[in-house]
Amino acid sequence: MTEIGIPVIIVSGLGLLFGLLLSYASKKFEVKPDEKIEIIRGLLPGANCGACGFTGCDLYAEAVAGGAGINLCPVGGMDLAEKLAEIMGKETAACEKYIARVMCKGTWDNVSIKYDYDGIVDCRAAAQMAGGPSSCIYGCEGMGSCKKVCLFGAIEVENGLARIIEEKCAGCGKCIAECPKGIIKMVPARSEYSVSCSNHEKGAVARKNCKVACIACQRCVKECPENAITIVDYCAVIDPGKCVNCGKCILVCPTGAISKYTGYQ
Amino acid sequence: MLFINRLFSGGVAVPHRKDTAEIETVVMDIPSKVIIPMAQHSGAPCRPTVKTGDIVKVGQLIGESDAYISAPIHSSVSGVVKRVEPMLYASGHLVMSVEIEADKKQELSEDIKAPVVNSREQFIEAIRRSGLVGLGGAGFPSHVKLSPPKDKKIDYLIINGAECEPYITSDYRECIEFAPYIIKGIQLALDMLEIPRAIIGIEDNKPKAINLLKEKSKNDSRISVYSLPSRYPQGAEKTLIYTVTGRKVPPGKLPADVGCIVFNVNSISFMAKYIETGIPLIKKRVTVDGNVVREPKNVEVLIGTSIGDVFEFCGGFVSSPYKVLMGGPMMGIAQYSLETSVIKNTNAILAFDKKEGDLPPETPCIRCGRCATVCPMNLLPQEINRFVMAGRYDELHKYHVLDCIECGNCSYICPAKRHLVQSIRLGKDAVRRNAKKA
Ligand code: SF4
Ligand code: SF4
Ligand code: SF4
Ligand code: SF4
Repeated sequence: MTEIGIPVIIVSGLGLLFGLLLSYASKKFEVKPDEKIEIIRGLLPGANCGACGFTGCDLYAEAVAGGAGINLCPVGGMDLAEKLAEIMGKETAACEKYIARVMCKGTWDNVSIKYDYDGIVDCRAAAQMAGGPSSCIYGCEGMGSCKKVCLFGAIEVENGLARIIEEKCAGCGKCIAECPKGIIKMVPARSEYSVSCSNHEKGAVARKNCKVACIACQRCVKECPENAITIVDYCAVIDPGKCVNCGKCILVCPTGAISKYTGYQ
Repeated sequence: MLFINRLFSGGVAVPHRKDTAEIETVVMDIPSKVIIPMAQHSGAPCRPTVKTGDIVKVGQLIGESDAYISAPIHSSVSGVVKRVEPMLYASGHLVMSVEIEADKKQELSEDIKAPVVNSREQFIEAIRRSGLVGLGGAGFPSHVKLSPPKDKKIDYLIINGAECEPYITSDYRECIEFAPYIIKGIQLALDMLEIPRAIIGIEDNKPKAINLLKEKSKNDSRISVYSLPSRYPQGAEKTLIYTVTGRKVPPGKLPADVGCIVFNVNSISFMAKYIETGIPLIKKRVTVDGNVVREPKNVEVLIGTSIGDVFEFCGGFVSSPYKVLMGGPMMGIAQYSLETSVIKNTNAILAFDKKEGDLPPETPCIRCGRCATVCPMNLLPQEINRFVMAGRYDELHKYHVLDCIECGNCSYICPAKRHLVQSIRLGKDAVRRNAKKA
């Protein structure tokens, strides 16, 4: 009995001693974490998308505590900005909610196919091959490179065209950086009308390459009561800052290049 | 004759299929119109110097650029300029081009006269004006190659007649039909640039060309003809330099850094012809082949002729083509339209049916390592492919992705039929983009 008893007592005794020492030390030398950072980090959405300009939510939390802008996170939007302003004792800064929109309606029904593409399923790889299989070299290739990088599952690709589910889009802008055609644009979430076309060819050519292309006919430009529409390189663009969502342009467009989106406040 | 035993690492033995080798080059009729792109070379594109409605003559300058790395462009026909706007180019993109309706009189421009060359500077300037670019495929402006930095001593002028891609025989026909010009061009370059030696490298599957050039150059001890092992990509610049001189061009360096200048046989023979006549680069020998072409042969084509017209000249197609390539089967670019034009560095146009041209479906990598064994640049294609497909572009520089010469060996050999070269090109593009951002 004693042969085993003595070591057991020694070892447990040592354990107890170290345990007590450690708990004493942890009380005595405790480093208080910056509570603000903790709280702020708790409020941030945790998507780590990087849209704020910092590498992930942790670093943005530290930056806010250190005095950085409180309205940089598009995912949290206005609600978050208000809360952060309160914690930091700052003025609430305006934070308009932006979402991404694919400025193209080139489904396989609207464009024709130049050639059978048989390579890697990646928009940039396909774009290297004569601008992709679609007859419109400006339009969406529908291989979903944007969908792959979207952290919020907000992009759907169907029938050769990417579409953004506006309620899910956090406005982080990752898809914009990924799209080789540069056809995804940020618009304010309240905007309901966009010219969903990025084709810069002359009208007749554009029409030949896609049934719903903007042909730069100017009708919408003339119709718009707010002068919100301009033609840039044979393609109409609506300035969302001026657009009042009246929807008059969509009625006059002969090709159907303008779309109504859900949009939300 | 010198036989070489030195062999670059990697490489594959591709089938030769040089069925057009013994058929004499045929000059094609003047097409009704030509579309001449303003970017037929690597470097800055030219700006058109003519406008719609202008009357042009053969050899007249129609495009030039102030940039150093660029080459002027000349009209290949006489006629009227119909359009000056972006048009379909061999890459599949739109490029500023000049369309000329030919009057079929082929009147020569008054500007054409044989240049006077008595010095190195005059020679280089003459070649610049001739519009010559690397005719082997890369299309690098020749006057730039002829002017290596002053501190680099050039020991060898290497003439590339390897022609390692299957089907293509346009270099071989040049050797057979214009051997004296090749030798003359070499002598000219040796004299003007004060280079001590020239080596002509030809794959050993073309003994006739080797013997002929050997015979023609026997009075000039500076020139030797080497018979090279037939192994793809023997004709790639870096592998060729290694095989004939034993020198290795380090990654990111140029042949001049190891004392070599390389020219294609067609380019060097053009130099001699240009100095004699002063007619700039307006035509090109193109191998027309592939299993749906009715009469495969070599055709001398005016630059700007549409590939459709060239196929038509060769009897058209026996059945509708499934895949049309500009260039060889290993490195050529697939075309989706027959409207693209033959440009300065086009050396072949090939058309295949579905059986020959189809790609088998891609399957997962079985990690056999064959792609790495055949890579002449000693890369690891399977690893690069893995990282590219995972989107991990930041890892790629460790695998020297920019060294890939896009020879196509890895994709050719891969039993899993992975799209290796395409993924590597994607990776290269990503690395270059990241470098720009940083
Ligand atoms: S929007 Fe751009 S990235 Fe997305 S599928 Fe279309 S082309 Fe590809
Ligand atoms: S009406 Fe339609 S086609 Fe005409 S410019 Fe406006 S968007 Fe383009
Ligand atoms: S294509 Fe590139 S990676 Fe593939 S074998 Fe050739 S050099 Fe190597
Ligand atoms: S050859 Fe193809 S299957 Fe073999 S290791 Fe390379 S990629 Fe994988």
